[in-house]
Amino acid sequence: MITLEFVNVLMGLMMAGVAIVNLRDRTSRKRYNNAAFWGLYAVTFLAGSYLPNFVNGLLVIVMVLVMAIGKLGGAPPESSTRAVREASARRWGNRLFIPALTIPTVTLLGTLFLKRVSLNGTPLVDPKQVTLISLGLSTVIALIVGLVMLRPPLRAPMVEARRLMDAVSWAAVLPQMLAALGAMFALAGVGPIVAGIIERWIPLHTALSVVATYTVGMALFTMIMGNAFAAFPVMTAGIGLPLIVHQYGGNVAVMAAVGMLSGFCGTLMTPMAANFNIVPAALLELPNENAVIKVQIPTGLMLLAANTLIMYVFVFR
Amino acid sequence: MLPLIGILIVVTGFSLRVNPLAVVTAAALATGLAAHRSPVDVISAFGKAFIDSRSVPVVWLALPVIGLLESAGLKERARMVISKIHAATTGRLLLAYLALRQLTSALGLTSLGGHPQMVRPLIAPMAEAAAENRLGELSDHTRHRIRAHAAAADNIGLFFGEDIFIAIGSILLIRGFLEQNGFRVEPATLAIWAIPTAICAFVIHGARLALLDRSLRKEVARSQGRAE
Repeated sequence: MITLEFVNVLMGLMMAGVAIVNLRDRTSRKRYNNAAFWGLYAVTFLAGSYLPNFVNGLLVIVMVLVMAIGKLGGAPPESSTRAVREASARRWGNRLFIPALTIPTVTLLGTLFLKRVSLNGTPLVDPKQVTLISLGLSTVIALIVGLVMLRPPLRAPMVEARRLMDAVSWAAVLPQMLAALGAMFALAGVGPIVAGIIERWIPLHTALSVVATYTVGMALFTMIMGNAFAAFPVMTAGIGLPLIVHQYGGNVAVMAAVGMLSGFCGTLMTPMAANFNIVPAALLELPNENAVIKVQIPTGLMLLAANTLIMYVFVFR
Repeated sequence: MLPLIGILIVVTGFSLRVNPLAVVTAAALATGLAAHRSPVDVISAFGKAFIDSRSVPVVWLALPVIGLLESAGLKERARMVISKIHAATTGRLLLAYLALRQLTSALGLTSLGGHPQMVRPLIAPMAEAAAENRLGELSDHTRHRIRAHAAAADNIGLFFGEDIFIAIGSILLIRGFLEQNGFRVEPATLAIWAIPTAICAFVIHGARLALLDRSLRKEVARSQGRAE
């Protein structure tokens, strides 16, 4: 059975490749630091499932120290000039889109059909991880399509992956680190403490103030945790169910659905949701890492107000 | 109250613009220590949490092929395509992408978008090219603003589309949580109540995108005026 370990091995091989390309790049002044950073990251993917947790923890701490003390080098210049790329774009035409669109297409097909494939009674892929495994498979297939079509030197994919990974740099690891922080928060019981503070300090005398506290609280708590999924159980157990549903007789489905979406408004406005906000800023080479958040704040605030109104109008009907 | 030290570290660290990866690591370790655990326990718990989250960064697997295509002129091709469509403006293009992203997410097809696969190689260069065709040479500031808008359209389309699909993670989480608390709610009911917000999201952000073209025109005129 293909499990998530398949994706881990792919990630590990790619990170190891990025480390090796860095190590061999004599023009980079930080090549040893970058190679150590991506190399250690590769180890967590390739060996992480077999090493003791303590060793894994140390590996990650060393990785962060290399970055914080040694600093990482930025991306190398593009491997081809703009004129060359424009000529290539003319030569290949819209066929260039084929490998790129292979990724979503194969992911989609895999998600739909791989679940049903089984060999001798055992499923071919872990049914719980079909989407992630399909995504992993799709990138491999897309790369093969690209290699067959363009016939570049074989090291080209790794050299290009290194260029992009070093452009994103440490931000590539941030979403995973935030997920780990969320787990540590859960371990230390941070959620209930924050909900307790909100309940103690906010006036909850009218239906509207209760609804607004819940929606705004969902957004704020999501901004702190970086994830509406972490905020939802805490805020709903603290305010949604006892006050909106039990005390004021609100509708559970409306409260829960609109409550979660209020959390999503918070996701638009926080650097803690690094996957959506910080990573694209790095990926699009924006000098201000909060540039995407800045664009999203007006929509986030207006939509939060709209959500509060939607809930107030429909939840008590 | 002591476990809240992690939040304090994050808030101060981010506002002092210390490197976020270092801040978050420090916050995770401090939170563990504040929960009265030994350093060895804390490092083990931290290592386990990091390893358990390894599926978070899988999108990076798209980079070898995306990088390869970029060096073969993928972005340049995206620009050429958009320059042939004369009606295309940055605002209209992003509005169309927002609509498409929201609709496909509502059908559960969330993997059709994303920043490494769609926004960097295709949507952002197209949005830039559309502005260049209309307004001429762009300043870096304008270029960066357009790119940020491309990323935002992807996020907003995803967030406020996916909850209309009944088998998405957030709907399942809501249902599971409510069931634990003694309420049985059908996923379809939850999905229906995501529709009013989805419409509001499209109207609000769509209106901002409709106004974006005018604002970009003013911005470019101002910077060109300054250059002359």
